[in-house]
Amino acid sequence: MWIYEKKLQYPVRVSKCDPRVAKYLIEQYGGADGELSAALRYLNQRYSIPDKVVGLLNDIGTEEFAHLEMIATMIYKLTKDATVDQMEAAGLGAHYTIHDKALYYTNAEGVPWTAAFIQAKGDPIADLYEDIAAEEKARATYQWIIDQTDDVDLQDALKFLREREVIHSLRFREAVEILKAEREQKKVF
Amino acid sequence: MDGNTTVDQEYYRMMEELQQLDFALVELTLYLDTHPDDMQALQQFNQLSQQRQQAAYRFECRYGPLMQFGHSYSRYPWQWMDTPWPWQV
Repeated sequence: MWIYEKKLQYPVRVSKCDPRVAKYLIEQYGGADGELSAALRYLNQRYSIPDKVVGLLNDIGTEEFAHLEMIATMIYKLTKDATVDQMEAAGLGAHYTIHDKALYYTNAEGVPWTAAFIQAKGDPIADLYEDIAAEEKARATYQWIIDQTDDVDLQDALKFLREREVIHSLRFREAVEILKAEREQKKVF
Repeated sequence: MDGNTTVDQEYYRMMEELQQLDFALVELTLYLDTHPDDMQALQQFNQLSQQRQQAAYRFECRYGPLMQFGHSYSRYPWQWMDTPWPWQV
């Protein structure tokens, strides 16, 4: 089971109301390579992956939910004081029609989150390679968003998240090597 | 949503202390998941876990429960729904 803790993994500060950047950040909320996709992808793959890497998928999947909460906090803080006109100018007019200021799991273009964003092949190497690719894509997305804002407070938390993608990718690569070594060992007999 | 709670500077300081400890613990956890035989990392993990427990206890004494389902104590009346929530600070 999971137990909620009333704290963010890393402090999230924003220096101004900025619905324009909030719109881009929605990509990391409900987009294909976003944090919701990441959490659900890894936690779902756990059941059929070899025991040696279950712990890693479990823990990275759990950390992704902490990242999802950080992204939600950013979007909430960037939009909470925005006027309807500002939402409209930022390209969030349709979002406002449907959701007001509520958050919703879509990508930056408003496409709803779908399970088709993620995969579970049952083949451990194929699944881990997908996980590595997902981390690299998320890292790239964070970089593009960092480039799209001049808010240094926001950039600080985004850089933290970007670095977490780097570590997750590294650990998944190690998991691949662990499984390869195990496979070689079995061949000896 | 309506939470305009103000917290003192000490809240941020104690929270950051906890976040720092937890960052090291998350890092050590993922590292140990792929390096289970690293004794030094394991010792560091256990030592920081103890420090973390104490830091969380100090925070909770002042600002109320961090966790639910019996992992934190509550004073009367039930403190869990007290603001601020993490996205409000």
